[in-house]
Amino acid sequence: MVLMLVKFDLKKRVKLAQTVWFMYWFAVMAGVLVFSMGLFFKIELRKRSELMDNNESHFLPNLLILMGLITCGINAFGGKICYDSLDPNKFVKWKSILKSFLVLCVVFNGLLFLTALMCFLMRIPLQFTLAEGLKNGMRYYKDTDTPGRCYMKRTLDLMQMEFRCCGNDNYRDWFEIQWVSNRYLDFGAKEVKDRIGSNVDGQYLMDGVPFSCCNPSSPRPCIQNQMTNNTAHYSYDHYTEELNVWKHGCRDAMLSYYGGMMNTIGALVLLVTVLEVAVTIGLQYVNSSLSTLANPEDPESESEGWILEKTVKETFTDIMATMKSMGKGTKVEEGGEAVVTTVS
Amino acid sequence: MLLKIKFTQQRRVRLAQGLWLLSWMAVMWGVIIFCLGVYLKTELLRRAEVMDNSEIHVVPNILMMVGLASIGTNWVASRACQDSLDATRFPRWKVFLLAWFAVAAVLCCLLIVVVVLSYALQGSLEESLKVGLRNGIRFYKDTDVPGRCFQKETIDRLQIEFRCCGNSNFKDWFEVQWVSNRYLDFTSKDVKDRIRSNVDGRYLLDGVPFSCCNPASPRPCLQLQLTDNSAHYNYDYQSEELNLYSRGCRQALTDYFMELMNSTGPGVLSVILIQLSVCLSLRYLQTAVEGAMALEDPEGDSEGFLLEKGVKETLEDLKANALKMLKFGQVDPNAAEGSSEAADAEKAEKTASPTPAS
Repeated sequence: MVLMLVKFDLKKRVKLAQTVWFMYWFAVMAGVLVFSMGLFFKIELRKRSELMDNNESHFLPNLLILMGLITCGINAFGGKICYDSLDPNKFVKWKSILKSFLVLCVVFNGLLFLTALMCFLMRIPLQFTLAEGLKNGMRYYKDTDTPGRCYMKRTLDLMQMEFRCCGNDNYRDWFEIQWVSNRYLDFGAKEVKDRIGSNVDGQYLMDGVPFSCCNPSSPRPCIQNQMTNNTAHYSYDHYTEELNVWKHGCRDAMLSYYGGMMNTIGALVLLVTVLEVAVTIGLQYVNSSLSTLANPEDPESESEGWILEKTVKETFTDIMATMKSMGKGTKVEEGGEAVVTTVS
Repeated sequence: MLLKIKFTQQRRVRLAQGLWLLSWMAVMWGVIIFCLGVYLKTELLRRAEVMDNSEIHVVPNILMMVGLASIGTNWVASRACQDSLDATRFPRWKVFLLAWFAVAAVLCCLLIVVVVLSYALQGSLEESLKVGLRNGIRFYKDTDVPGRCFQKETIDRLQIEFRCCGNSNFKDWFEVQWVSNRYLDFTSKDVKDRIRSNVDGRYLLDGVPFSCCNPASPRPCLQLQLTDNSAHYNYDYQSEELNLYSRGCRQALTDYFMELMNSTGPGVLSVILIQLSVCLSLRYLQTAVEGAMALEDPEGDSEGFLLEKGVKETLEDLKANALKMLKFGQVDPNAAEGSSEAADAEKAEKTASPTPAS
């Protein structure tokens, strides 16, 4: 009992081969798409690697790039096979390797599906990397004179402005670190000495945020300093003021940015997987229809095509039996020798 | 005959095929020019709030028009050369082609005009930006006045995006009150002093909004009391360079738009070249095919040329034709003399159009 049997005459075979050839070219372009998506994701991660403490994992974009290249290769090869299948002379040389190629395709489709799954799952490690990286980034904000960290201030400022966020979880994160460098603090002033004296680690902490946290949509000029002191500013209530600075934390903002990107890429890779499965089935039909010609000498004779020669269950048991016999093959030899030695 | 070339049947076929491809390429370029025009127009419209007049919009308008016209014209050219190899269909194109050459010449002239205008209108753009930005800065504080409530956000986002401050530089902010009265405590001494010391009763500061801050500065941004060296530790107003953006927004926006228009320059020039080559090839094809149709053996050799007679003779011919057409309506020879001067002027226009490439 074959799976999904279809009868073919010459015209139908030609049409099938042409359609599958066309689909293979689409699949090659899909492979290019996967490759470029991996490249794009890699570049985006590199752009903000400073904010992730250079700790981010490039596993996913590298995998996407690799799968994209393999997709292109396999599909170009499959397309060539389809093109040759129209000419019986050329097709003969492909007949032998076609079965193993189809098995390879099935395995590859499984890997592609796993890649798509990874795109959705890698969000979780990214969350931890971002949390760590941003916390450290904020600590180095003031170190504009330390080589290796002198661009952290600019990177953080530009990121807060671009993603419309402030601090790690919210703007209060800036209250807990010293973000003004000692170079710009007048240690002779009473106010500075008081603040440093009142802090255990001798840090200059203030209830203020950098200018990049300011929200341009606010109706009043931005209030950055003495944010918790209602009397320091006219007509200002710290608890009800909503539009003054950005409300979101940068970790959430970046996570939703990268998460969105990964979701889109995952969805596209799923679609590519569906396309790959379709072309594999098409190639299987081409293969089976060309191997069951009623009269092998006459190219115009009828033939049948199928996906599996037996039912799914039987094919599965067949595969298991083949694997067992391959395993038993070595065992039987050993057992036979032992029997021989005991007999003799 | 001007620049005549011999054409065999095969050469004619080759010419027709090559011209067909060339005209489709020209259609694509027309699409590109149209898209460039749309992009330029969108960018200008986005910043329309800080521009006072819309004179500069003539550049993208002409680009869009020329793009569309060039798509149509070159599509017609491709149909003409498809029909050129079919002796029954080609004769009806005779009158059309004359008009086609005129239209193609007008298109090339318009493209050159666009290039010239994009440089010439720079002054007008700067003036428009100067007035628009001045108003924007003046109305920055009016976030409660309907119609102006978005000026603050617009100016802030503009300064952040284009990395600029004020109209010519950051001192423009010292001359306007950019803090709304709603947020000023009129009972405090500092506010009362400042307002009294100003003739118009305005609250002026030597400070700028946060959007002028430069993220590349090594120290946290100093926005207020900018001219007072003693207000900030280790600060010298005259030598501090990176604290705020040093460019004015008028300069920044002008540079941005000029760059945009200059980058369309090569595209426009290549469209002119392609259009001219389509014109030339179509003229050769037309004359060669007509020559072949006049022979007894339509598949024989014929000659293609640009003009049947020399340039001077063609001009004189056209002059004579124009005069003849005008003389039909003239009764009085005295009136004829008076109107022949007008006819001369018209002739000059007419001779310019049908000779596109010579």
